[in-house]
Amino acid sequence: MSTAKLSLLAAALILSSAARADRLPVPADAPPSFKAECGGCHLPFPPALLTAPDWKRVMARLDKHYGDNASLDEKTRRELEEFLVRNAPNRSRMAGEGDPPRLTASAWFRREHRQVPESLWRDARVNSASNCTACHSRAEQGSYRGREIALPELREKH
Amino acid sequence: MTKAILLALLMAGGAAAAATPREMITTYAAEAARQAPGFQPSARRGAEFYARRFAVSEKMPACVSCHTDSPVQAGRHVVTGKAIKPLAPRAEAARFSDPAKTEKWFRRNCTEVLGRECSAAEKADFVQFLAEGL
Repeated sequence: MSTAKLSLLAAALILSSAARADRLPVPADAPPSFKAECGGCHLPFPPALLTAPDWKRVMARLDKHYGDNASLDEKTRRELEEFLVRNAPNRSRMAGEGDPPRLTASAWFRREHRQVPESLWRDARVNSASNCTACHSRAEQGSYRGREIALPELREKH
Repeated sequence: MTKAILLALLMAGGAAAAATPREMITTYAAEAARQAPGFQPSARRGAEFYARRFAVSEKMPACVSCHTDSPVQAGRHVVTGKAIKPLAPRAEAARFSDPAKTEKWFRRNCTEVLGRECSAAEKADFVQFLAEGL
């Protein structure tokens, strides 16, 4: 393979991995309860954003769900836990922090959002780091591209 | 073809039996009347309940914390910031059309905001207010 071809391949690989980082579609095997239940109070967070042990800890304490009672019947709870665990990444940088673990505290999340000033997380338009759609206007469609960022002061940085 | 799709959709909905807000008021009112004979649902009591500050939960002291002062307006989850469609069926037709879903949210939100489950009388009044206004 020529050097030109090799560098083209390298560029394509880099581009495709960059594209993956801002594409987090809902896996095709999601049960209908995923959107209905996990999406009841917040964006149904992609299973890719926490590790399997993390999702198990989240699903084990739905009665104490980040200050809210999000209890489900056991059948739905198990169905969702299995879906989340099945699609969870095996990467330590995706591990959350706290109990239950927060996906907004993983090494990956912090790195991806390192340019976001601390004050903006508390901005009335954002309210919470878990409010993905406040900035990522197409998050519900699984798209997190820089150019889709809704807040003008952030868009300039991407 | 269309019928087959419709049937499949209905079946995918599972136990989601369709209902109207009026049917739900009737069901809750009948249950309330068994506990207190002569019970009649009241939109005024429902409105008072909707606006009341229960102050059990620090972040969600009242229904209006997330659903705003007017149930025909869109609301916002006070913790997550997620947009909430209006609670009143006259503004959001799908509201109170699925008894299981309605029961789930009453259970969850009453426990959170009141610190206990809501009574059938409270539910009848609440839906009466939301469906028909004052």
